[in-house]
Amino acid sequence: MSLKLNLHTQSNVPLEMSCINPDAIQHLSQSGVERLEIIHGNDTAHLGDFFSVKGKGQETIHIEGDCAAIKYIGAGMSNGKVVVDGNVGMHLGCGMTGGQIIVNGNAGDWVGPEMSGGRIVINGNAGHMVGAAYRGHSAGVQGGEIFIHGNAKNEVGSAMRRGLIAIGGNAGDFTGVNLLAGSVIVLGEMGIRAGAGMKRGTIVSFSDTEVLPTFEFACTYHPVFLRFYLMHLRKNGFQIDDRFVNGRYDRWSGDSIELNRGELLIFKR
Amino acid sequence: MTNELRITNGKVYDPANNIDGEVRDICIKDGRIVESVSDDAQKINAHGNVVMAGGVDIHCHIAGPKVNLARKLQPEDHRLDPHPATEHTRSGVGGVVPSTFATGYRYATLGYTTAFDAAVPPLAARHVLEELHDTPVIDKGYYAVLGNNIFLQQLIKEGRREELKQAIAWWLNACKGYTAKIVNPGGDEPWKGKKNSNVRDIDEKSDVFDISPRDIIDAFIDVATALGLPHPPHVHCNNLGHSGNFETTIETMKTAGDRRLHIAHIQFHSYAGKLGENPLSAGREIVEYVNDHPNISCDVGQVMFGKSTIMTADAPSAYMTRGYTHAKWINADTENESGCGVAPYNYQEHIYTNALQWAIGLEIFLLSKDPWRIVFSTDSPNGASFMSYPKLIKLLMDKNFRDEEISRVNQKAMNKSILRELKREYTLSEIAIITRAGPAKCLGLKNKGHLGVGADADITIYDEQEDKELMFNAPRYVIKSGQPVIADHEFTTDYYGKTIHIQPEFDKSIEASIRPFFDDYYSIRFDNYAVSDHYLHEHEFIDLKKK
Repeated sequence: MSLKLNLHTQSNVPLEMSCINPDAIQHLSQSGVERLEIIHGNDTAHLGDFFSVKGKGQETIHIEGDCAAIKYIGAGMSNGKVVVDGNVGMHLGCGMTGGQIIVNGNAGDWVGPEMSGGRIVINGNAGHMVGAAYRGHSAGVQGGEIFIHGNAKNEVGSAMRRGLIAIGGNAGDFTGVNLLAGSVIVLGEMGIRAGAGMKRGTIVSFSDTEVLPTFEFACTYHPVFLRFYLMHLRKNGFQIDDRFVNGRYDRWSGDSIELNRGELLIFKR
Repeated sequence: MTNELRITNGKVYDPANNIDGEVRDICIKDGRIVESVSDDAQKINAHGNVVMAGGVDIHCHIAGPKVNLARKLQPEDHRLDPHPATEHTRSGVGGVVPSTFATGYRYATLGYTTAFDAAVPPLAARHVLEELHDTPVIDKGYYAVLGNNIFLQQLIKEGRREELKQAIAWWLNACKGYTAKIVNPGGDEPWKGKKNSNVRDIDEKSDVFDISPRDIIDAFIDVATALGLPHPPHVHCNNLGHSGNFETTIETMKTAGDRRLHIAHIQFHSYAGKLGENPLSAGREIVEYVNDHPNISCDVGQVMFGKSTIMTADAPSAYMTRGYTHAKWINADTENESGCGVAPYNYQEHIYTNALQWAIGLEIFLLSKDPWRIVFSTDSPNGASFMSYPKLIKLLMDKNFRDEEISRVNQKAMNKSILRELKREYTLSEIAIITRAGPAKCLGLKNKGHLGVGADADITIYDEQEDKELMFNAPRYVIKSGQPVIADHEFTTDYYGKTIHIQPEFDKSIEASIRPFFDDYYSIRFDNYAVSDHYLHEHEFIDLKKK
């Protein structure tokens, strides 16, 4: 039996609820969960003021309702599972080190910033800065996986250091900006300036994209590793045609304003 | 309500008054230490506790544009270290460069009650004084960066020494500084004028003014002596961080002759070896010179491993650091007065140069024969944050701990250092000297750093513990100007300390010489430049006539 949280009152200002986290909840009684402190605008409130709580805290937390104004769900979690039926707000799973978050709805900006383990699955669209570094930090995602089945906005995987981000739809501008390592795979189209400032790592696009002049064409080939990555994504619900799995890709090396050891792989039609 | 306080049965360490661990009472009235108080006085039982004067930081960077640049440059550092408000204190953020409120409170939680910002261009004085006002608990002041001021260099070049004296006195009055700071003398204009240009030798004449760093240092020492400044010129020597720079440092000290001079963060200027190659230690050579010359004082500028932030008026040295980090950094220009560089940096145990820097600092401390003149600093946050002071104290007081740390760092560096051979352990009295009495004496602060009658009642009471890091990390009581700001490890009130400055006399006719320079070269009008007294808020000026 999982713990069920039903949103009964919409807040007119954002809520910050890093307490919705299996690490914090799984040993609490129902009343203990209701008394958990949350940030309501610039004040504090209790979780029970906005959610009805059913069941006993175990490894899975099931949330129902439109949580688009609720920030920091699953922040810092290290194990267990959070399932949200509805939209979620900003900073979902920020800094998480393990466990899984599944959102059956859309997510706000900053999905999984600076996470180092675990998996986030968004069965809808996501905002800006998916898997990004917070401003000022030199490294973003250090590990784990983020799967967005819909579209994502700008700066997907900004300064990512390790891990995998897959976008089923389109990605905005500056995809993989300042990428240090790791992989960003976009099944749809990317916006402008993909890979700007990247040092290492891989950005894959199934659609033609405008390559920055600081990238240099290397070759057209069939990257073996990519087949395994795409098979892995297929197993996780992404619709990937065989021609992408078996096809050839143009490899562009860059960004030459940095180390020039990154690669942009664009499907060769 | 009584304003009298008696601290009873504490083990008092007050080296300025030759008290070394004697159990006695300290009496306080109206913010000062007095002979006795009435029986109605509030009492603090300090039985089993160590009582010292509040700490005095002679060299740190806590306010002003460069500090704010460093804050803005590192939002990640702040995000990871929030400093929550309490019932009595305000909130802020910490990290290597804390916000203003957090800076004051965190100094207090280490038992420090006075701190001096070591480098402020006078043009930034208003900003600095406002920030210092917002830095709670501690008393504070700053050194005015004047060594590379173009107008003053012009006077030096033309040999107009009397006008130089009047101009420096005018400038210190105008900006409410405490003494003159000289940073990489002669280096600013070449750096600003030509890519990667700098002065490399103390006798090298700059293309711009045809004067050498030695000319500048000598002129400033002369003026400071003539004006009777409480603290001599505070000199950041040329060639900071370069292998072989110890010769420049010794030549800088020789320039003083028998006149007083303070060398800032001397560890960074104590490297042997060849330029462009790995440094070697010249800690022994440097400390022997300081030991033998009672006119010289210095602060060590110890490096501690972990995150730091290089912030300096020595723009070329920040540029050099940026070459190592390949990360974000800032270079800035302060018109006719100074340069500036900011670069986050991480000192790491396994890196040869960092480990050697750490060892050289400790060598200087441990070979020092006069703790009154070789005083405590990390050049916070350049060598490390001031929050690392307790660990540094433990390194000095505990040989076993030091050996453990030595075994963890780059062994190639340790093999180039004599640190392993040094058995010395600082006593509590010596710690009281290097962290309180010594800096206060170097600064000419007669009411600070000691617990004699008439002194400011800035007092720290520590639980006596075997582990000195724990002991100095969390004083049981911190009393500021007679008020217990921290009691039983908790803040009991908020308190805003005062700004300390000087007001040297000058001949008003010097303004006629300075004014045209402002008209021609400054972005601010002469009449708007001098800072009015209301920026000082609560303040104290040191009377230069009282010897």
